[in-house]
Amino acid sequence: MEKALLSGNEAIARGAWEAGAEVAAAYPGTPSTEILQAFATFDDVYAEWSANEKVALDVAVGAAYAGKRALAAMKHVGLNVASEVLFYSSYTGINAGLVIVTADDPGMHSSQNEQDNRNYARFAKVPMLEPSDSQEAKDFTILAYELSEEYDTPVLIRSTTRVSHAKSVVTLGERTVHPQRKYERNPAKYVMIPSNARGRHPVIEERIRKLREWAETAEINRIAWGDRKLGVISAGAAYNYAREVFPNASFLKLGMAWPLPERLIREFAAGVEQLIVVEELDPFIEDWVRRLGIQVRGKDIFPMVGEFTLDVVRESAEKAGLLPPSGRKPAPPLADLPPRPPVMCAGCGHRDVFWILRKLKVVVNSDIGCYSLAVLPPLDTTDTIGCMGASIGVASGMTIAGLGKFRGRPRRNVAVIGDSTFFHTGLPALASAVYNQTPVTVIVLDNRNTGMTGHQGNPASGDTLQGRPGKRIDIAEVARAMGVEYVATVESRDWPALEKAIREALDFPGPAVVVSHDICVFREHYTREPYRIIEDACNGCTLCFRIGCPAIMKSKVIDVESGRPKAYIDPAQCVGCGQCYDVCARQAIEPGAPIEFNL
Amino acid sequence: MSMTNFLVTGVGGQGTLLAADIIAQVGLAQGLDAKKSEVHGMAQRGGVVVSHVRWGEKVHSPLIALGTADFLIGQEVVEGGRFLHYLKPGGVLLLSSETLPPPSLTLSKMEYPPAQKVIDAARQITDRIIFIAAPQLAEELGNRRVANTILLGALSAQMPEVDPKFWLDVIVRRVPQKVVEVNRKAFELGRKMGQEIAP
Repeated sequence: MEKALLSGNEAIARGAWEAGAEVAAAYPGTPSTEILQAFATFDDVYAEWSANEKVALDVAVGAAYAGKRALAAMKHVGLNVASEVLFYSSYTGINAGLVIVTADDPGMHSSQNEQDNRNYARFAKVPMLEPSDSQEAKDFTILAYELSEEYDTPVLIRSTTRVSHAKSVVTLGERTVHPQRKYERNPAKYVMIPSNARGRHPVIEERIRKLREWAETAEINRIAWGDRKLGVISAGAAYNYAREVFPNASFLKLGMAWPLPERLIREFAAGVEQLIVVEELDPFIEDWVRRLGIQVRGKDIFPMVGEFTLDVVRESAEKAGLLPPSGRKPAPPLADLPPRPPVMCAGCGHRDVFWILRKLKVVVNSDIGCYSLAVLPPLDTTDTIGCMGASIGVASGMTIAGLGKFRGRPRRNVAVIGDSTFFHTGLPALASAVYNQTPVTVIVLDNRNTGMTGHQGNPASGDTLQGRPGKRIDIAEVARAMGVEYVATVESRDWPALEKAIREALDFPGPAVVVSHDICVFREHYTREPYRIIEDACNGCTLCFRIGCPAIMKSKVIDVESGRPKAYIDPAQCVGCGQCYDVCARQAIEPGAPIEFNL
Repeated sequence: MSMTNFLVTGVGGQGTLLAADIIAQVGLAQGLDAKKSEVHGMAQRGGVVVSHVRWGEKVHSPLIALGTADFLIGQEVVEGGRFLHYLKPGGVLLLSSETLPPPSLTLSKMEYPPAQKVIDAARQITDRIIFIAAPQLAEELGNRRVANTILLGALSAQMPEVDPKFWLDVIVRRVPQKVVEVNRKAFELGRKMGQEIAP
């Protein structure tokens, strides 16, 4: 059989395809994004980027009701957005199989919190499978479809960064074909008005009881007896570290995160002298084991916070006396190296907006996307970021509450939101502001791109995941249609127009929207050659350093009078946007020649 | 349990993930188990990219532990230095002379460190250090992007137990058709550089 080196995300997509899934929907989010990107490349499937995770899951639910196996994928916080769908679909059950992937991010490599989404399985009373590597990611996805149909339930797959973004060997299989199941009208099952939902709740309780029984003997929950002195219960990514740190111990590996078995755990606990649980984030398994009245250690040894590594697990175990001290002392990291935080790209139009906002000294309620980077120096112009779409609501609240005075004048605030985030969850907040006539100023950074997650399409770009014809939605038209009476559209590179629009919006007595069209350099190009420093004119004033463009650096040439290094523009990085030219007060920057395009 | 650990470090856009993919696939080509792990997401924004690769009979953890890298492949001077503490005592440091000053330097008093700082620090851990002018050599070959292949060639020279044809097969499969020849040359050149010190 053919083998391939696949990431966990690619393996989940492969598993869904092999299981005959035909419809998939998602909103991109690290570390889940590649699941849909991989799924979209298979034959005989429909895959879409939805406007947000809730819509994605509704779409998948609808397809499953209609009788086709369906997939929805999202990052852990995406499931917060989709959680209402999770709860009602738990009650209605499905028709054809429905699998929901939640990719958690312990360590918060790319997220605003490190919630443990195993809690959702218990909360919504649906089964959850938890693979440790890519082979399991594929196998468990296929199994999830079988469970889904056998028990009439959506099934969650929980991955984490080190499963989703780790590559390991997978044995590939063939696609199995599942003829579309007939949709039959059944309001008592699919219409969740209270009287029907009351009828469903006992069904759900009975379902989870049966699934717990299944978990007792499921192959994915398996005991491997080793030295009986120490028994380790583990799951997911943590299992990989535990296996290496305790090579001789007995193991209970739980492939099913919920429901957890009872007899199997009792059997394992009875067979070992000391029982520990090695799990990332919450004491989810540990609490369950303790509830069974079994003595166990877990979070008193291993941290509740952050991502596990071999070092974290080993050091914790040594400290707790589970392992003899290795005496191994890795060298400390080399000190005094320059940090390398991520930055906005050379030519990024988000920089234009934040440069102006910095000048206007307004409080900035920002949102999630590449522009979140504006909180870092040198732009350093962001006051709040919470979750997707929070900017407009938080800015409304601040506007309503007022912010007092700053240098004798009213302190004002603006919401800043990207195009994809605007369609994700910005729309309802804008509707509220219009409805209540909250005089909030909203700046939409419209670069027609979902940038941070790797340049996916969205309603503002109109290009779709599988290249089917889509339609672009104009944000300014949306704002006008929603009743916003001040709507301005400006090119971000036109600083005077941008500043004027933002000032007018701030002064406008009702909700106001400025759509700043900026260029994502991964999608569009500026039309000039790299700019150049005129060395004789540059005195090293550092003004152009302050826009935070990665193409601008200190020159080796020192200005004789000021004693400061002059500026240097790296022609390999400069994309010819002209931001440095606009900021330079000494005419010390020469624009690049216009580029002739041969179209 | 014999395991070979690699850490590949660089800056977004340098091709760190591809280089790590190639190393993982060379492991598989020999019939070994292999795993690889990295964090995606911010890499395109000029951030640090670190990729862990492991070969062995059976690999569980996709991450390597501190002080256990048999090979540290630094595609850029500072990023090689930043992860020196992963290098096993007596392990091999393959450091490219590539320097990409982070933008944070423009407004700080900090200077981009000389490569010697990293090399001196590495000497506290190992004497097996190969410093390669990969960007210049790549440019001489006519394609700056083959700098990574030069490093892979040097790595292969430090692993005499692995038939070089495994490396070349994977590289040829993974690079675009029109640059296969220049990558082949880069690999051979790297192998020569990698023989500077005894494997």
